[in-house]
Amino acid sequence: MTPAESGPADPDTVAAARSLTRRFGHHVALDAVDLDVRAGEFLTIFGPNGAGKTTLLRTLATLLRPTSGSISLFGIDPRREPEWIRSRLGLIAHSGLLYGGMSARDNLIFYGRMYSVPDPAGRAARLLTAVGLQDRTADLVRTYSRGMLQRLGIARALMHEPELVLLDEPYTGLDQHAARMLRGLLGTLSGEGRTVIMVTHQLEEGLEISSRLMIMARGRIEHDAPAAGMTRASLERLYHDVVDGAAA
Amino acid sequence: MSLPGPARADRPGWLAAAQMLLPLIAGGMAIATLYGAFFYAAREKTMGDVQRIFYFHAPAGIMCFLAFFVTFLASIAYLRTRRRIWDIVGHSSVEAGMLLTSIVLLTGPFWARPVWGTWWTWEARLVWTLVLWMIYAGYLLLRRYTDDPDQQARFAAVMGIVGFLDVPIVYYSVHWWRGHHPLVLKVSGGGGLEPTMRIVFLGGIITYLFLYMALMALRVPLGRMEDDLRRLEASSRARARGRRDMARVT
Amino acid sequence: MNPPPAVTPAGAAAPAATPDSQAAHAARADHHAARRARGPDMGVRAELARAALVAAKDLRIEMRSLDNVPAMFFFALLVLVILSFGFDFSTAKFSDVGAGVLWVAFVFPAVLSFGHAFALERDGECLSGLRLTPADAGTLYLGKLAANIVFMLAMEAAILPLSAVLFGYDLAPVLAPLAFVIAVHSVGFCAVGTLFGAMTARTRRGDVLLPILLFSVSVPLMLAAVRTTSAVLNGGGLWDGLTKTWLVMTCLFDLVFTTAAWLSFQYLLEE
Repeated sequence: MTPAESGPADPDTVAAARSLTRRFGHHVALDAVDLDVRAGEFLTIFGPNGAGKTTLLRTLATLLRPTSGSISLFGIDPRREPEWIRSRLGLIAHSGLLYGGMSARDNLIFYGRMYSVPDPAGRAARLLTAVGLQDRTADLVRTYSRGMLQRLGIARALMHEPELVLLDEPYTGLDQHAARMLRGLLGTLSGEGRTVIMVTHQLEEGLEISSRLMIMARGRIEHDAPAAGMTRASLERLYHDVVDGAAA
Repeated sequence: MSLPGPARADRPGWLAAAQMLLPLIAGGMAIATLYGAFFYAAREKTMGDVQRIFYFHAPAGIMCFLAFFVTFLASIAYLRTRRRIWDIVGHSSVEAGMLLTSIVLLTGPFWARPVWGTWWTWEARLVWTLVLWMIYAGYLLLRRYTDDPDQQARFAAVMGIVGFLDVPIVYYSVHWWRGHHPLVLKVSGGGGLEPTMRIVFLGGIITYLFLYMALMALRVPLGRMEDDLRRLEASSRARARGRRDMARVT
Repeated sequence: MNPPPAVTPAGAAAPAATPDSQAAHAARADHHAARRARGPDMGVRAELARAALVAAKDLRIEMRSLDNVPAMFFFALLVLVILSFGFDFSTAKFSDVGAGVLWVAFVFPAVLSFGHAFALERDGECLSGLRLTPADAGTLYLGKLAANIVFMLAMEAAILPLSAVLFGYDLAPVLAPLAFVIAVHSVGFCAVGTLFGAMTARTRRGDVLLPILLFSVSVPLMLAAVRTTSAVLNGGGLWDGLTKTWLVMTCLFDLVFTTAAWLSFQYLLEE
């Protein structure tokens, strides 16, 4: 029984996958993955390169189609109501998903209008202030540093107040200052009751803020448990065990 | 005598039979048509013996159209079902169709030269065939330059549909542009053909039909085997990588 | 050898229901129902609005950077100059060979523009950004198409008067029908170019593949364009016999290919 068939939308399960498999040509990136993410969880997924973390994230973001198996978002099959689902999730990717040839403000207003956000200009201004970019709103995004791009990317993803926020390696390339700001923003997201799924290499960043930790390897989820009680050292040990064990 | 072809191992019986019979029938029909073209069909009044090339030129043109139509259908089927077999059928049919189109383009000048005194002329039918050739050459190039196999299949399917939709439009536009093909009257559906000519023409069509089917019967299983090979390579590479991989923690 | 790590089943078991959590659960359900009712704007008008947004976005970027149209203009000018070396316009009348010259000058720069339209989206992975919005793929196609049409028409509007000066023909009497003919054929060219531009943005040698695919499929359009432009340059009207037939074919071409591209765009964008 797929999530979409299990009756009226269950308000608690925000994202689910059943036997989710994704192949690229003949390479299996996701191998019959099962997953349930409940509202309000902060799930961090760790894993080595090629583990399938980004593939899983992008499939949940509806950017990738499953090769077989199914996913459901907010209890609905994304193939049935794609617009509705897309308006409720936000992706913060490496590359910012921003147009270098437009100003920060114009970028946010563009996306705001695409998502039918009421008063996009006002919301853009508020978000730019929230991420600390209020002095650079008219500058072309092309002129932004990596840290500023990341912050603007977060603002972009939040324009339409998504209930589910997906983050793909958000700490990559950030300096201390920007990383600190990101940590603060993630804390706020989590505090607002949004569901967050974050994919990262960096064990210490994921650990502090998550409610649930997952380790993936070889296209499969090898570890999945609440984050309570996990220390950096024990996570590292577990990570090594899982990844070496999967490779054996 | 054993015919060259895909490995015997796991072909279903009907396929093995088809791979044997279809080329034989095509070959037999080709011989029969050759005989008919030179010894049976009446001699054409104005052009003489050179006209006999028509029995190899025109039916190829009709068959290549069929091949591209098959690709059109297979492309739609692929986009709806996403089953690899449709992608392979579409691809194989374009290759067969390109072979047939090339035959048309190569036999045309050999006919044109003695009759019109020139190898090539910008008249409607030849130009149409040339444009058709270019459209589907584009299809094959598109496949070659797209690395990801799923993307390749999807892009090729869209091209197979769009290209075929273009075919009738190209046909009419080229004909309006250039006036008529002087031989059209004789070629149109055998209306102006003498009975002996009509029979050989039909023989030509049957020859190319069986040639097309033989090519497909050989090419499609080949495509599936290539697919299987790639899958095996990918999984063995994955296993080797698994043994070598060490965990890395930042 | 360590024992394999225990794999915890996905999804922790729900905590035992207490009155508080039941109330919270109900509140969440209400909240979700409210959000569901207030979905993104849907329907034809909303999709057209989104297409317009995408087009406006491309136009805004172009107005700030001027990456595309000036380059198209100079390339077109160069083509005109080079072709004028090939034909001796002191003896040949422009209205005889001019149609071909004009159209070559129009389509070659347009090919660059189609490539540029999707290269624009590659930086910063913006295509994924667009796919994440509620807009569907066909809408994105229409938006890109509209922007491409504007760019091509802008370039043509600049080149046309210039060609009248360079080749010494009288533009004013034929301007209206000529503008119509150029516009209707440019739309068709952009329809096919936007489709293939999206495809070849993701292939190897896309810059070479785009003109190959585009020009072979656009042959009927090119024939019609040159024939009708030539007729109009020679003082013919739009409703004269063969010209009318060509224009009908062009409109059919525009319709068929815009529709086919709009329907199939989702297959090009998906991953």
